[in-house]
Amino acid sequence: MKIYSLGANPNKPCNILNFKGVSLMLDCGLDINSALHFLPLPLVASKRLSNLPNWIPKDAQDAALLDGELKECENRVLVDGPIEILPPQSDIFDICDVDTILLSNHACMLALPFITEETGFKGRVYATEPTLQIGRLYMEELVNYLERTPKSQRANRWKQVIQSLPPPLSGALRPNDWKKVYSTKAINASLAKVRMVGFNEKIDICGALTVMAVSSGYSLGSCNWIIHSGYEKIAYVSASSTLTTHPRPMDQVALRNADLLILTALTQTPVANPDSMLGEFCMAVGITKCVYIHSSPLWKKILISFTASTLRSGGSCLVPCHPSGLLYDLFECLSVHLDNIGLSQIPLFFFSPVAETSLAYSNIFAEWLSSGKQSKVYLPEEPFPHAHLIKNGRLKHFPSLHAEGFTNEYRQPCVVFCGHPSLRFGNVVHFIELWGNHSNHSIVFVEPDFPYLEALAPYQPLTMKIVHCPIDTSLSFTQANKLIRDLKPGNLLVPDVYLHPPVSAPLRSDLVIQELDPPALGMKSYQVLQLPIKRKQEKVHLDPALASRLEPIQFKTGLSASTLTGKLDARDNKFTLKVLNEEEGGTLYSAAERMLPRHPWGSVDTTQLLHLLSQHGLLDARVEDTPRGVVIHLPREDTVIQLEGSNTHVYCHDEALRRTLRDILLQCLPCL
Amino acid sequence: MTDIKVTPLGAGQDVGRSCILLQMGGKNIMLDCGMHMGYNDERRFPDFSYIADGNLTESLDCVIISHFHLDHCGALPFMTEMVGYSGPIYMTHPTKAIAPILLEDMRKVAVERKGETNFFTSAHIKDCMKKVIAVTLHQTVQVDSEIEIKAYYAGHVLGAAMFHVKVGNQSVVYTGDYNMTPDRHLGAAWIDKCRPNILISESTYATTIRDSKRCRERDFLKKVHDCVDRGGKVLIPVFALGRAQELCILLETYWERMNLKAPIYFAVGLTEKANNYYKMFITWTNQKIRKTFVQRNMFDFKHIRPFDKSYADTPGPMVVFATPGMLHAGLSLQLFKKWAPNENNMLIMPGYCVSGTVGAKVLSGAKKVETENRQVIEVKMSVQYMSFSAHADAKGIMQLIQYCEPQNVLLVHGEGVKMEFLKQKIQQEYGIDCYMPANGESAYIPCKPVVPVDVSLSLLKKEMALYDTVGAPDPKRPCRMHGVLVMKDNVLRLMEPEKAFGELGLNRHAIRFTSCLQLRLPGSASRAMDQIQLILNSQNTNYPVKPSEEGVLNLESVSIKMESTDKEDRKSMMISWALQDEDLATWIMSSLRQVIV
Repeated sequence: MKIYSLGANPNKPCNILNFKGVSLMLDCGLDINSALHFLPLPLVASKRLSNLPNWIPKDAQDAALLDGELKECENRVLVDGPIEILPPQSDIFDICDVDTILLSNHACMLALPFITEETGFKGRVYATEPTLQIGRLYMEELVNYLERTPKSQRANRWKQVIQSLPPPLSGALRPNDWKKVYSTKAINASLAKVRMVGFNEKIDICGALTVMAVSSGYSLGSCNWIIHSGYEKIAYVSASSTLTTHPRPMDQVALRNADLLILTALTQTPVANPDSMLGEFCMAVGITKCVYIHSSPLWKKILISFTASTLRSGGSCLVPCHPSGLLYDLFECLSVHLDNIGLSQIPLFFFSPVAETSLAYSNIFAEWLSSGKQSKVYLPEEPFPHAHLIKNGRLKHFPSLHAEGFTNEYRQPCVVFCGHPSLRFGNVVHFIELWGNHSNHSIVFVEPDFPYLEALAPYQPLTMKIVHCPIDTSLSFTQANKLIRDLKPGNLLVPDVYLHPPVSAPLRSDLVIQELDPPALGMKSYQVLQLPIKRKQEKVHLDPALASRLEPIQFKTGLSASTLTGKLDARDNKFTLKVLNEEEGGTLYSAAERMLPRHPWGSVDTTQLLHLLSQHGLLDARVEDTPRGVVIHLPREDTVIQLEGSNTHVYCHDEALRRTLRDILLQCLPCL
Repeated sequence: MTDIKVTPLGAGQDVGRSCILLQMGGKNIMLDCGMHMGYNDERRFPDFSYIADGNLTESLDCVIISHFHLDHCGALPFMTEMVGYSGPIYMTHPTKAIAPILLEDMRKVAVERKGETNFFTSAHIKDCMKKVIAVTLHQTVQVDSEIEIKAYYAGHVLGAAMFHVKVGNQSVVYTGDYNMTPDRHLGAAWIDKCRPNILISESTYATTIRDSKRCRERDFLKKVHDCVDRGGKVLIPVFALGRAQELCILLETYWERMNLKAPIYFAVGLTEKANNYYKMFITWTNQKIRKTFVQRNMFDFKHIRPFDKSYADTPGPMVVFATPGMLHAGLSLQLFKKWAPNENNMLIMPGYCVSGTVGAKVLSGAKKVETENRQVIEVKMSVQYMSFSAHADAKGIMQLIQYCEPQNVLLVHGEGVKMEFLKQKIQQEYGIDCYMPANGESAYIPCKPVVPVDVSLSLLKKEMALYDTVGAPDPKRPCRMHGVLVMKDNVLRLMEPEKAFGELGLNRHAIRFTSCLQLRLPGSASRAMDQIQLILNSQNTNYPVKPSEEGVLNLESVSIKMESTDKEDRKSMMISWALQDEDLATWIMSSLRQVIV
């Protein structure tokens, strides 16, 4: 068993597990962090952005080569060009050989069109229905945003001089493998290959493995996968949450006692209390008004009170976000909170090309929701309160800023939810440009996917209030360690980075996967790892006709045995033992006499043997004692039978006689 | 060989009161728990005393409900709350949502209108539904350590499911009611090749092969249109959920296209609520509705308005959907009484009617119908039967058999005569046994169990390697497998003989033979050995003979050694082997003799 890593971000995993001759791709995550190296793509040409100075390298030759491809903003170098991303890298494994792709949740599947449409992939893809639909929304939103703001010329020249560039651009991961995002056509073609599965649905993979999706509690329809060979059990745990939000709770029982637990996509905000450190950090980047709020059980309260104070002071609130998931929870608790503090009149705006679809879908996935939300549909009422918020006009959603009706509805103060959380494209670019210089407005970072300071880099200097309040419901290290203790896996495999404290907090030895026996295996980016799982058994079905021919010998109660010879029928990796017909039997030794193997045990009684020999007319047997047993000579036949405890050796050159002796010997011994 | 026993407590050669007791692998499972609409006495409910006297919890392992129609779930509150059953009950989410509404509706009709006593109460329905465990499609539900159930999409109505029930190595598929052709709001039933021991299928339309859906729809619309044009009233008795929604979609689009003005009413305050269920369970509807639901919800009707009782006497044309569907009580019966004597009016029965109901009588052509209070109604209105019930027809049933490849078929939920016809057809076409037990009669279906055995991978790989060389397996040559089957505490394991002896604690007795073979081979001793190796390997490439130390050829336990050679090229060979390689040694000796001597 081997695992191949095709990506570098444990939260956007893409690994291939090779087991029992089957290659399973586990998730197909797309790391969009490369976007942070680019200038934002505004909807309307931005004077500020287009007036940013060219970055001047030390080497004049480089400057000529770059030809204004790199711009500088507040000491940060950014690429001026169409945004490119790094798809999973398949240089260590031929994607053609992947049999099946298992998708865990919408956030871990965005690279799917790259895999299914741009390689020779011929296999099947499995995902739950909400994962498929919400994943589609994410892809469509991404493509829509990038296609709305096209840049004609690709920026490639900087990649040639990458070593001489300042950080963080110099540390860009594999820039030569970056690609433009896929097309809508590719999304449709790719998603058409996805087969929908339900939780706890057993799916046969090539007849060799059974896979099953079990709820992971992270988002609508999110799952972990159980991979079973009939004997070995592998649990693949992707983004999971033990917190109570809207999805069905995580199914932990199903993950127990696996021979191998693969654990990835833990929280992206592991640093527990970074307040002190953050002060310095903020000073360094010149942000004067930075409030950092750690994601804690209190996150909702803190976020909401901050939003409320912004709103009270007449300022508006900008929340960069993805079009599903966490957003539903934000709508729910924010609206309730605004009601409680008498700010019900504040409108909530949600911009996304997929806003309407996202909200509509959220209300038809009752079967995938927490039991509280689920019970509402029995009334029947919409499971999410945002359906009600839309009906009474408090939540308004538009595909874009230019959408019909928006200008009439727009009023401040308000709360705006829009994408993309990288702040490089989408409606959010417009709002930062619009509100960035007003100190009574604020921007609240909730999505944990992007480091917020890097996201903000091209907008500096900013005067609007910045609140960093990342909400990552995925497992923390404490929760993960507890989970591992509960699940008791035979072996544990995690991304190698989880075995060391995070780079941002090198002294926090609690932010690692704790030591185990056997020690946890670390999976390094873009590498292959041999896994210590050995298969010992396989399932074979006995045909009833063959089963009825067996004549087992009972040794004691509950223990019996029988020799078994049959025809092994292997079809689709399933084995059946059938009756071996006489004419089929001897193909290997076609000319040979056929004899079913027999297995004697015990030792030969010399008296009985001699008696049987004389019955067969062999009357001249002469017995000679030796230190280890007896030797029986048949001088007339030039034959010797050596008996030594549980060993018998017959020296005989007459084939007919030898066979007689063989049969006599087997008569003297109990046989299986 | 253990039999599977199937006993219909209802729906055995009959339509209505579906309730089938399934006994396999020592487990008792009840499939559906319906009531019969044609009876008002105790025959209405299945005879639970067949299972046990009094409380059923001990005698039943679980109850599975296929869909929300009352002839499939109507007796459930009676069974759980009045007879007594507190074990698990499984149904899909939409069924769990909608069934209590229909049960309550029926309860009201029975108790409040007919004044029946000894009927279950609203509280009973609520308590009963609390025992229900909702399942999703294709989810494998472990009822206990042995029973496993899985739901498949059945079409028929929103949330209708077929269930695959597995106990140990035996399995049964129960279809409930299903539909193999997609309709305006539901998709077609689907099941994978799960190869059950028995397929228990409904057979409502066992002999019908209905004309194409489109024709029926056109027919229906034309008849409604004609009647409305001549100022008549159209009564369509339906159940609140299910068929009604499809007909509404049909009429709504037709009205819009033809720009008709005659009002369409949907009786019972259920409409909006019912449609809400459809909106929220949109994942259970067909592809088209699911794809477009964001832009336009098919269940927001413009032309269809709620009905008020006062409209019954309003002159002029109208179309009214009224419940219940079989004209056995409620508003549909009231309207029927009012409108039947006028020949301008029309009654369209879009579904099957259980015998004994007014609907069934009218459909059979009765011109005078007596209702429950001895009132005689003259039927002058035209009566049309439009088969809109989403059941599988004969073709559909045959198709489903093809899908899941059962070893036996058992027919329920149909009329005996028609079943007989289908039974013959199934036996002819698929050559499998077909059963059709009557109510209370048990069918014993013999099952040949396939015994699962754990085989040691080393043994399997050895055998596979011997016979199935890389790249070119020969399908014609059977792969022979030999081992010792050890049965320990009901676990069967097939292993190499050596391992088996260890497992059994026995001392293996090794028998070895040594024989001398005289061959005439030219050349030196080593050349002769090379030639022997060549001969053996050319005959059998899968089983190469390998030379080991000087002058000895080895193959498994067989060793071939040159003993002596003389001037006349006579070579004396010593061949030695263990008993288990008797075949191999015999083959080697005979090959050598044939070729060389």
